[in-house]
Amino acid sequence: MEQTKYLVVGSSHAALEAVTAIRMHDPDGSLTLLTRDPHLPYSPTVLPYVVSGRSAPDAIFLRDEKFFARQKVQLKRGTALKALHAERNAAELADGSEIAYEKILLATGAAPAIPPIPGLDQVSYHVLRTLDDATKLNAAIKNSKQAVVLGAGLVGMHAAENLVKAGASVTIVEMAKQLTDGYFDAIAAGLIEKAFTDNGARILTGSRVVKLAPSSTGATLTLENGTTLEADLLLVATGVKPNMEYLAGSRVEHDRGILVSDTMQTSVANVWSAGDCAQAKGFYTDAKIMNAILPDATEQGRIAGMAMAEDPGLKKYPGGVPLNTYHFFGRHAISVGSSKVPEGGEMVTRFDEATGRYLKAIFSADNRLTGIYGVNEFFDGGVMCQLILRRIDLSPVKERFLANPLAVGRELMSKTWR
Amino acid sequence: MGMFGGAYNTIAFDANKCDGCGDCMTACATAKTGTVDQSRSRIQIVGSEAEGFELALCRQCADPKCVTVCPAAALTKNYANGVIDWNADKCVDCLLCTVGCAYAGIALDAGTGHVAKCDTCDGAPACVPACPHDALTYVTTSRIYNEVGDWEDLFAPGLAGCQGCNTELLMRHTLRRVGPETVLATPPGCVPGMGSVGFNGTTGTKIPVFHPLLTNTAAMLAGVKRQYKRVGRDVTALAIAGDGGASDVGFQSLSGAAERNEQILFMVVDNEGYMNTGMQRSSCTPYGAWTSTTPIGKGPGNIPSQGKTQDAKNLPLIMVNHRCEYVATASTAYMEDLYDKLDKAIQASKRGFAYLHVYSPCTTGWRFPTDQNMEVARKAVETNFVMLWEYNPTDGLHFTKPVDDPLPVTEYLKAMGRFRHLSPDQISHIQGKVVENLAFVKQMAHREAV
Ligand SMILES: Cc1cc2nc3c(=O)[nH]c(=O)nc-3n(C[C@H](O)[C@H](O)[C@H](O)COP(=O)(O)OP(=O)(O)OC[C@H]3O[C@@H](n4cnc5c(N)ncnc54)[C@H](O)[C@@H]3O)c2cc1C
Ligand code: SF4
Repeated sequence: MEQTKYLVVGSSHAALEAVTAIRMHDPDGSLTLLTRDPHLPYSPTVLPYVVSGRSAPDAIFLRDEKFFARQKVQLKRGTALKALHAERNAAELADGSEIAYEKILLATGAAPAIPPIPGLDQVSYHVLRTLDDATKLNAAIKNSKQAVVLGAGLVGMHAAENLVKAGASVTIVEMAKQLTDGYFDAIAAGLIEKAFTDNGARILTGSRVVKLAPSSTGATLTLENGTTLEADLLLVATGVKPNMEYLAGSRVEHDRGILVSDTMQTSVANVWSAGDCAQAKGFYTDAKIMNAILPDATEQGRIAGMAMAEDPGLKKYPGGVPLNTYHFFGRHAISVGSSKVPEGGEMVTRFDEATGRYLKAIFSADNRLTGIYGVNEFFDGGVMCQLILRRIDLSPVKERFLANPLAVGRELMSKTWR
Repeated sequence: MGMFGGAYNTIAFDANKCDGCGDCMTACATAKTGTVDQSRSRIQIVGSEAEGFELALCRQCADPKCVTVCPAAALTKNYANGVIDWNADKCVDCLLCTVGCAYAGIALDAGTGHVAKCDTCDGAPACVPACPHDALTYVTTSRIYNEVGDWEDLFAPGLAGCQGCNTELLMRHTLRRVGPETVLATPPGCVPGMGSVGFNGTTGTKIPVFHPLLTNTAAMLAGVKRQYKRVGRDVTALAIAGDGGASDVGFQSLSGAAERNEQILFMVVDNEGYMNTGMQRSSCTPYGAWTSTTPIGKGPGNIPSQGKTQDAKNLPLIMVNHRCEYVATASTAYMEDLYDKLDKAIQASKRGFAYLHVYSPCTTGWRFPTDQNMEVARKAVETNFVMLWEYNPTDGLHFTKPVDDPLPVTEYLKAMGRFRHLSPDQISHIQGKVVENLAFVKQMAHREAV
């Protein structure tokens, strides 16, 4: 049986960061990286730009073969983990072969969640998570006249924008009352919605598709209120679910994701997990949450790798902080932290309708920043995140901070730089 | 070159010198955007007069977070020059990098709609010369570290020096530079104390080393060198001696070897006392300093003692008066200068007597935190407490790092514990001596030059 000291499953952000962390501390221990994807590592986040044609599919790779050779990493592409036999430290692959490991990292990320709508399995539809999905969608967009996007999360919105720009008439159907629910608040969503409708998209929030059927154009969708929509291109972007089917029969505890400790260790010895498939503690709550965003995948991957290599510099995971950036029709929205106003805390907003500049900041009772949101109002997300994580007292500068979060954020952070 | 590459040049900022004028930002905006819009500058001065200024600037991190969160492979660490390169063709304007950076080193340029960051202007940063107060410098010392990193470290990997010891640094650099064709003399002091002479029948260096007496170092080394010459081997004869050995009991043999113009390189590691044996005063200990033999307190016979009551002997100037082939003072806070002098001293030692006097702050004996060694060494020079110069018989004496606008000597004194007790009178005595020494060396520089 093939043997390796470190087995890293997945080849995206969490996995690559873990490889970096392991190699910083253990330059020589045998390391195998397997991914079910046939390509070199790339980020799902870049895929909307492959769809739009802005990014060439061969220019998005995060590492090349030379990197893996240099770092003495055995890369196995197109190789899926089928079952984890943690009780005997072995990973069973799709072809039935096994690899024995000393330590394994599950960084298998997430895949599109397909809603159980009657008839969906009868029609052809697109999803967007892999490079192959993106190249298919890129080809389809060129011929689409009437597209429907199910789900107005960031994946759906990105794709919808590309479809609009490619000249299709686009309808976005979203169950929730607003767009980008969970990422941005109603005012920000309103600004995003206006940009889309100004560019000709149709937006149906608070709407649910109850039935789908094949049609001559492609598919007919029936909404709850009886309206029907025709689609020659259908994109399902209603959310994601972690890839963890291989855990069946293992004793690795999982809930909505793979449950991990502050050092990304699972409930079972020698098994770690990080990224979109992991469920780790939140920064605002000790409960374990899903925080399926890129920056957190890298953070968790780094911690997991350090823990696996027994790097004494390891620091515990502070807990997931939501962070999102979103570019739409030349505008941008940034959100850092929680939108929930803590008890005794306060929420302050500033909105200039003429320029579409919007700022919302949320403070705890003792004047610590807990969340900040901006549309067309640039601030350094990384600095804001530090203000939140370090619980820096903003009492003396609150007014100034709200007037100019960019300058005052930098000023505050700069005091911690020495 | 490991995962992090080598050492790189860097833009350094001295917050104490910055008055917030913003000229650097104008220069950057001009160079990078063709406008004078400071908000578009990639170097941002933040803060205020009252609270002090700081720099928001890409730090070209060795382990950069922005690179790891970029989904488009648009950011890469360039291992040739250390800069984090931004590739406009690959960037998709997602702004994730701005979320990754805790230093505001990459930010949105509203003028272009893309992120922008410092690229050090290909090694000639526009901001640096624009600063009217020298608060910005472009530090190019990395060249030395990369070069030196390729040379063999001739000192044992483990040693018994104090944490943060400047002498270890000096040993490793010096031995690397002189190279394996060297024979080393280390009289009693910290250098053998930390292990250079070895134990259990093995040496602590990868070159021949011997342990002369404090009194006869220069004489013994001169003899060894002559024997090597006699058998036709060209070696560098190097002594690394403490200030006590050189300026007190060892002075007779040192002076004699210099007078005979023996072909040796004599390096004095001046930590201003007998630190190895328990921090006793030497003739190089400065006025006012606490040592275990110049204590603070009641003192014997109830005569209150306030540290050393005599001024330090200026050994390097005495060596100039031997008209050696080469004499120089140096400091590890100025590595380029130190290396330049080492090179000249090695060359001079092929012709005759070369003398290098290196000021070496001692964390244990001078009482300062172990991470402050370079800071203390730098402050010594910035206050003119220590002057960096070199001498050879042809060109005379000249300053290599003249300090035109010295800080008050208190900036140096307060950096360490051994001067904590000083009375205002003692401080003004020391400040007076600094001025007097400067005038004296200046006079010599002047005289020698004509
Ligand atoms: C279209 C789109 C846009 C996005 N935009 C943003 C954004 O703007 N900002 C943001 O923060 N996040 C965004 N995200 C989310 C972000 O991409 C993810 O959070 C991030 O990629 C998670 O990284 P990961 O390493 O955990 O997993 P993933 O990136 O999901 O990678 C999982 C890896 O595991 C492999 N794998 C899966 N199952 C197996 C198996 N059984 N065996 C072997 N290998 C397996 C896969 O091939 C892949 O290599 C976006 C995602 C998408 C799809
Ligand atoms: S804005 Fe550009 S450089 Fe920054 S993370 Fe996004 S793609 Fe990378």
